[in-house]
Amino acid sequence: MSFVHATLSPIGRSTLAMLAAIGRIAQFLAETISHIVRPPFYWKEFLNQLLTIGFFSLPVVGLTAVFTGAALALQIFEGGSRFNAESVVPSIVAIGMVRELGPVLGGLMVAGRVASSVAAELGTMKVTEQIDALVTLSTNPMKYLTVPRVVAATLAMPVLVAVGDSIGIFGGYLVGTSRLGLNSAAYLHNTVDFLEFWDVTSGLIKASVFGFIVALMGCYHGMNSGRGAQGVGRATTNAVVSASVLILTTNYLLTELFFSS
Amino acid sequence: MTQPMIDFKDVYKSFGNNHVLRGVNLSVAKGESMVIIGGSGTGKSVLIKTVLGLLKPEQGTILVNGKDVAEGDRDAFLARFGMLFQGGALFDSMPVWQNVAFRLMRGALKRPKEEAREIAVEKLRRVGLKEWVADLFPAELSGGMQKRVGLARAIAAEPEIIFFDEPTTGLDPIMAGVINELIREIVVEMGATAMTITHDMSSVRAIADKVAMIHDGKVRWTGPIADMDDSGDPYLDQFINARAEGPIEAVR
Repeated sequence: MSFVHATLSPIGRSTLAMLAAIGRIAQFLAETISHIVRPPFYWKEFLNQLLTIGFFSLPVVGLTAVFTGAALALQIFEGGSRFNAESVVPSIVAIGMVRELGPVLGGLMVAGRVASSVAAELGTMKVTEQIDALVTLSTNPMKYLTVPRVVAATLAMPVLVAVGDSIGIFGGYLVGTSRLGLNSAAYLHNTVDFLEFWDVTSGLIKASVFGFIVALMGCYHGMNSGRGAQGVGRATTNAVVSASVLILTTNYLLTELFFSS
Repeated sequence: MTQPMIDFKDVYKSFGNNHVLRGVNLSVAKGESMVIIGGSGTGKSVLIKTVLGLLKPEQGTILVNGKDVAEGDRDAFLARFGMLFQGGALFDSMPVWQNVAFRLMRGALKRPKEEAREIAVEKLRRVGLKEWVADLFPAELSGGMQKRVGLARAIAAEPEIIFFDEPTTGLDPIMAGVINELIREIVVEMGATAMTITHDMSSVRAIADKVAMIHDGKVRWTGPIADMDDSGDPYLDQFINARAEGPIEAVR
């Protein structure tokens, strides 16, 4: 009996802890949405976050995209050459980038950069009583800290991914024309011909959802950070891990929703 | 008897199995400077946080000017308070003057930027800081200067009630004396009601009109500062004379 108890109780404890965490995140999500639709809205904070989350993430998203596009072109060329289908390189690079790799890799890179910094910043603010100070100064921390970050990330991510998609396709083009001997005009022609409007928009919708997830996880873990340096460190790690896992899970669900017929 | 400005009635607050407040009853009169003393972890900061709504008591009521703090418009309620946090709690993403004028730049008390800055500079001057400090960031200030900025922020909107959480912790004795004097001057000058939490007995003597000692989650002793040394309470005597021996266990 004691063996069964000793085996089952940790499983029960972890399950309960996981369900409690899901409940807390759902509550935080509902609270965030309710604050987004109610005034006041802190425009200055929002523009500041748009710059920090969006503009300053361009280098990391751009670099990721260019090398991903280039590697994808090499892979498709090598794989396609097994059944004489080298000419599909431009269209598959374009579709792969805009539908999947652009939003997912962009989302994961932004999760690493933004979710961590948001969690660390808000966690430090919590530990140093700055969040309590906001309350005493008649300012709701959810409105002042969470809402601008979540809205900025949700709006900035599609733009970032659109730029990343273009850079990724350009990376494929560079490798295709300089290394693989594909014709420059034919490459561009193929890319434009095979790419459909929904390929691009579905990727941008995904990007927007991923941006929302990244900022929400950063804010949630930061606002609920434990005490001291260790607490802030753990909040940062949890923010990146949970944002990444949620991005990958949501990506599958959205792909099912958008493309399964 | 006149209505107290702050009135704690049988307030309880626990964190898991740690029962921090176990029925606190305490009244602070209008314009009075009440200093709360007690060992570390006895719930002094928790007491202040329950007034501001940062923590919710499980039981009991807290009245401010006769009104329950859990009811009514929160923004209007909080606009009556100023608070100096232990570590300053200055927002490190903005310069000093914006920290001081934070409340004057948004919400119900919002005013033009230039006017908010003028008020911030005036408040900084009131706490002994020159105008050039206004454009520095909190990370560029010493501990004493950060406390002064925190003090300027607490008084910027001319609150009726000011809370000071360990105002002299981490400061050298001279700077601690300066901060104590400033607090006393400002409270008298503004006619504000003040509640201060401290371990520092020189602060108690400089700031207090009345003293309350918290022990075991309850108010152990309360009375005018003049009666503190002759209270006859062994707990209070041990605390104010910093003796290791006595009814309060040194290792908690």
